[in-house]
Amino acid sequence: MAVFQVVNRTTGDHFTCQEGQSVLKAMEQRDLKCVPVGCRGGGCGFCKIQVLEGHFECGKMSKRHAPPEAVEKGEVLACRIYPLTDLIIECVPLPEAAPAKQTTKNR
Amino acid sequence: MKKGVMRPGHVQIRVLDMDEAVKHYTDLLGMIETDRDDQGRVYLKAWTEVDKFSLVLREADEPGCDFMGFKVVDEAALNQLEKDLVDYGVGVEQIPAEELKDCGRRVRFTVPSGHAFELYADKKYTGKWGVSSVNPEAWPRGLQGMKAVRFDHCLFYGPELAAVYDIFVNVLGFHLAEQVLDPEGTRVAQFLTVSMKEHDVAFIHHEEKGKFHHASFYLDTWEAVLRAADLISMTDTSIDIGPTRHGLTHGQTIYFFDPSGNRNEVFCGGDYFYPDHKPVTWKTEELGKAIFYHDRVLNERFMTVLT
Repeated sequence: MAVFQVVNRTTGDHFTCQEGQSVLKAMEQRDLKCVPVGCRGGGCGFCKIQVLEGHFECGKMSKRHAPPEAVEKGEVLACRIYPLTDLIIECVPLPEAAPAKQTTKNR
Repeated sequence: MKKGVMRPGHVQIRVLDMDEAVKHYTDLLGMIETDRDDQGRVYLKAWTEVDKFSLVLREADEPGCDFMGFKVVDEAALNQLEKDLVDYGVGVEQIPAEELKDCGRRVRFTVPSGHAFELYADKKYTGKWGVSSVNPEAWPRGLQGMKAVRFDHCLFYGPELAAVYDIFVNVLGFHLAEQVLDPEGTRVAQFLTVSMKEHDVAFIHHEEKGKFHHASFYLDTWEAVLRAADLISMTDTSIDIGPTRHGLTHGQTIYFFDPSGNRNEVFCGGDYFYPDHKPVTWKTEELGKAIFYHDRVLNERFMTVLT
C-alpha cells in the first residue's frame, strides 16, 4: 500500500498518510493538531486547507464550504481528501468568528 | 400543550450521500426505514414511535436541517394555531397533504433565528414497530445498533432568541424549562418544552442564522448510552464528546456525527417538567459545567461546529 508524505507549510508539521486514508484522519492518528478537527464528514468546513502541491481524490463535501470553483484551486476539506501523491498543504484561516456581542435581550 | 401542540413529530435532515446516511441511521442508531418517495427521500422511525416516520433524509449538496415538525392534537387546533401565527405576524406556508407521504397538510413558518418549523395534525398511524398493541412484549427482536427509542428534540443555533421565545411561548404554548443568562441578564440559551420532557426544542445564541447543532434520540438507560459509545468506536464513527452528563437538563449523553457531518445525540435520563415549574437558570460564568457537567470545560467544537 502506498504511503504519502503530507507537509503543512503553515505549521511545519509533517505526517504520513496511507493510500485511501483522509488527510485529517492521518493527522489525528499521529496526534497532531495542525488542522482544526470538526465533524470529519465534509459538512462543517472546520478543516479547510489549501493544497499547494500534489494530487488527491475528493469525497463529498458541503458545497457551502467547498464550492467547485474553490476545489479547482485546491481549497478543500482535509477530512474528505485522499492523497495520490505527496502533498504540501497550508491552513486556511477560519471565517472570522461571530462577534461575541449578544444582541438577544432577555425578557 | 395548552395550545394543542403535542410533541416533536419529525425532522428532515440533508445528507451528502443517501446510502451512507441510511446505513448510519439504521445500522448504527437502530432506526427502521419505513418508506421512500419519488424525490428520493428516505423515511425512518424509531421502534416505539406510533406514527409512520419521524426522520426524513434528503440528499443535497449541503448538510443541515430543512425543518422540524410538531404534531398538534387535531385539525381544529391546527386551524387555530395557523390563525394565531398569522395574527402574530408570522408568515405561514401551506404544504399540502402527501407532500410527505402519509402525512396530512402542514403549516410551515420560519422563526427569526432562521429555522423552519411545521405544524401538522395527521400522519399515518402504524403503531410501535415489532410489538403488538395487544398484550405487547417488552421490546421487539431484530433491532440494530443503538436501538434508538424515539426522536426526542433538536438544538438550533441562531440569533434573535427573544423573538423566537415569543413565538414558541406566547403563540404555540411552549414553556421555558431552562435558560442560560449572561452577566447582563441576556438569555443566550433557551430550552423549551410542550410536554413533561425538559426540552422538545432548544436554541443557543449564534450570530449566523439557521444553523443546526443536533438531532437527539432517546435511549432508556445509562448502560445503553455506554453501549452506544462502544458502537461508535466499533464503527469508527466520528465522535464529538461523551459519554458524559449535561448540567442543563441533567441528561446523560454522547454526541457524534453522521457521515455528512450533522451532529447526533443519544441520551437518557434528565429532569422532568410540569407547567408550574419555574425556569432553571444557568449562568454563562458556569457554562462549561452547564454543558458538560463532569469536565466543566466547553470544547470549542461543541460551540462552533454546525451544519
